[in-house]
Amino acid sequence: MKSVRISSAPIVPETELSVLAGLGGGAVSSFTGIARDDGGVTAIELEHYPTMTEGCLLRLIEAATARWSLLGAVITHRVGIVPVGEPVVVVGAASRHRAEALEATAFLIDRLKTEAPFWKREHYADGTSKWVDAKSTDDARSERWA
Amino acid sequence: MKLLYFATVREAIGLSCEERALPQDALTVGDCVAWLARQSAEHAAALGNQSRLRFALDQNMVMVDALLGDAQELAIFPPVTGG
Repeated sequence: MKSVRISSAPIVPETELSVLAGLGGGAVSSFTGIARDDGGVTAIELEHYPTMTEGCLLRLIEAATARWSLLGAVITHRVGIVPVGEPVVVVGAASRHRAEALEATAFLIDRLKTEAPFWKREHYADGTSKWVDAKSTDDARSERWA
Repeated sequence: MKLLYFATVREAIGLSCEERALPQDALTVGDCVAWLARQSAEHAAALGNQSRLRFALDQNMVMVDALLGDAQELAIFPPVTGG
C-alpha cells in the first residue's frame, strides 16, 4: 500500500494514516510536521513543482519499501497558505514489528526535506514575508541514510 | 527547451516559465544556466551563482554537469525547504 497526496485543503493526520492500521501488521509509525510560530510567523506558504512532486514522493516510498519490510507507507503534503498550528506534512509507515516502521518514517521525512520540490515562505504579523533558507542540519540528517 | 523557475528564482526573473532556443554548444545543465544568465539583468541576478541553485531535468533532480540530451524541460530553483 503506497499513498501520496498533495492537498491545498487542511489535512487531518488521523484520516491520512487510518489505512495503515488495517494492513495486518503490528506497528504503525508516523511523523506530523506542523507550521511553527517562529518569531512572529502567522502562516507559512508552500510552493511546489506540480508535475514532479507526486513522482518524487512515490520514489521516496519505493526506496523505503526496498530498504525495509513495510506493509504500507503514506505521505501527504499540504501546499498553499498554512496557518501556524496546522499540519504541513504527514508521513506514516506500517510494518509487522516496530523497528521497520520507525526507521522508515525517519527516512521518509529526512529525505523529503532535502529531495522533494517544495519551497517554504514565512508570513509575519506585520504583513511582510520571507523565503526560508535550506538548513545544513537537514542535509546531514538526510545523508545519514546514504 | 521549456524552462521552469520556482521560489526565489521565479521572483528574481519575474517569470514562472519560458521557452528558449538554446545555442548548439549548450551541452550540460551548467552550460544552459550560464547562457541564460547572460540574457537579461534579471536572469543574471537569479542565475549568476550556480552553487546556490538546484536543477531538475524532465522532473528528475540532476547535478549541474548533467547532459541536456533530449530533455524537454529544465527546472531551476533554490535548495528545497518542504516538510
